[in-house]
Amino acid sequence: MAMTYSEKVRDHFANPRNVGKLDDANGIGEVGNAVCGDIMKMYLKIENGVIEDVKFNTFGCGAAIATSSMATEMIKGKTIEEAEQLTNKAVVEALDGLPPVKVHCSVLAEEAVKAALEDYRRRQENQA
Amino acid sequence: MKVYADQAATTKLSSRALQAMMPCFTDIFGNPSSLHEEGRAAEEVVEKSRKEIASLIGAQAREIYFTSGGSEADNWAIMQAAKLGAKKGKKHLISTTFEHHAVLHTLDGLKARGFEVTLLPVHEDGLVRVQELEEAIREDTALVTVMYVNNEVGTIQPVREIAEICHAKGVLFHTDAVQAVGHLPIDVEALGVDMLSMAAHKFHGPKGIGALYVRKNIPIGNLIFGGAQERGKRAGTENVPAIAGMAEALKESLEDREEKNARVLALRERLADAVLQIPKSRLNGDRQRRAAGNLNFCFEGIEGESLLLYLDLAGICASSGSACTSGSLDPSHVLLALGIPVEIAHGSLRISLDETNTLKEVDYIAEKLPGIVERLREMSPVWESLTKEG
Repeated sequence: MAMTYSEKVRDHFANPRNVGKLDDANGIGEVGNAVCGDIMKMYLKIENGVIEDVKFNTFGCGAAIATSSMATEMIKGKTIEEAEQLTNKAVVEALDGLPPVKVHCSVLAEEAVKAALEDYRRRQENQA
Repeated sequence: MKVYADQAATTKLSSRALQAMMPCFTDIFGNPSSLHEEGRAAEEVVEKSRKEIASLIGAQAREIYFTSGGSEADNWAIMQAAKLGAKKGKKHLISTTFEHHAVLHTLDGLKARGFEVTLLPVHEDGLVRVQELEEAIREDTALVTVMYVNNEVGTIQPVREIAEICHAKGVLFHTDAVQAVGHLPIDVEALGVDMLSMAAHKFHGPKGIGALYVRKNIPIGNLIFGGAQERGKRAGTENVPAIAGMAEALKESLEDREEKNARVLALRERLADAVLQIPKSRLNGDRQRRAAGNLNFCFEGIEGESLLLYLDLAGICASSGSACTSGSLDPSHVLLALGIPVEIAHGSLRISLDETNTLKEVDYIAEKLPGIVERLREMSPVWESLTKEG
């Protein structure tokens, strides 16, 4: 059976937002592995507790690209505390749903954001 | 531009097949089992079609059993061969690791019922080795089932040689020829197969109809009980329009087959040469011993589904591995059977062409594909690390 993606998902994989790398990122998170077929890498540029810029690189299916793209949109300009509240459920809802077998992609997007925030924290602690 | 390059998934109904079907939706509406005139007219269509299909593959009409398609034919053949074997105390079955799931899952079911199954390995060229098959056959082997043309990589298996060995050892041989019938000239007598599955929608016939060829001396058991249709083996009123469409489609498909295959082959080779210019790309399966229209590539650093979606946005219909598994997250079992590493198998693309495709279409694919692969690689952390390694 063919899987159908919502219009929003289709828009986000066709025109992904915030694709790329950030050379001056101060928080980088990478989750997933190539054997499973999904890897997401999230770059954050955080200033004064606010996510000033965010970029992503993703290896994966259409849903993986779309969830990465949506997650970056949802945290850009937000405070660290707000970004930490991001859930995979919120990403799925913002995309008007995902086919059941693809929900794990949204989990990966949430984990990528959290891993990048974690990395930012670690760097701050090392500096202090 | 729209390009349909997924002919191994299914094909468009030909206008000749449609023409053959139309009267069976209107004037010829009788039940073929009825004795009256309307019934006889319908029966005539069914039997004429059966005869036609039989003669096109070198069989006799009584050896053709209509089914709902290839999967049903595969299920039926394997279940019945297992049953026949079990009667003689033979409970060993042989197949290959890269069969269609209609075969593999039927074998799984038999395994749960006490049968022993040996799956032969497939080599990197996408071919099974006849010698390995010979060595796998035992005293208690009931059936060997090996597909004729693989549905994903298109490789053509040495079916005639396999049949010869099976006969010498008194083992039944079935072949899933769903990707072969209509595309390769087939003569069941010359091939020596005992059972052969086919599906009409792979050669521009309608969906929901196929057939199982069963050599006449094989006492195959029932698939469906409750009526005299299909020599009493598969009850249920016949799908008369589909049967008429299947016969016409097969006839049309086999007309000038060699000339058509030469044309398709030229398109395929032109496209393969162009696509293989993409860095870190590979063609899966032997380049020569494959169906004329099949191409199966892997592109390192990208994932197949996103590749398909971007191709779709560009108007190109292709597939990643088998369409039946597109709902699953695992990479193709066929590519894994060929020994391709999991992370590379994720980035597969199957392009399947036939005589309805044009040079213009193939060149359009060749024009669009490299840019799409590049775009996906640009956003891929896997590609980033691959290029860093050099």
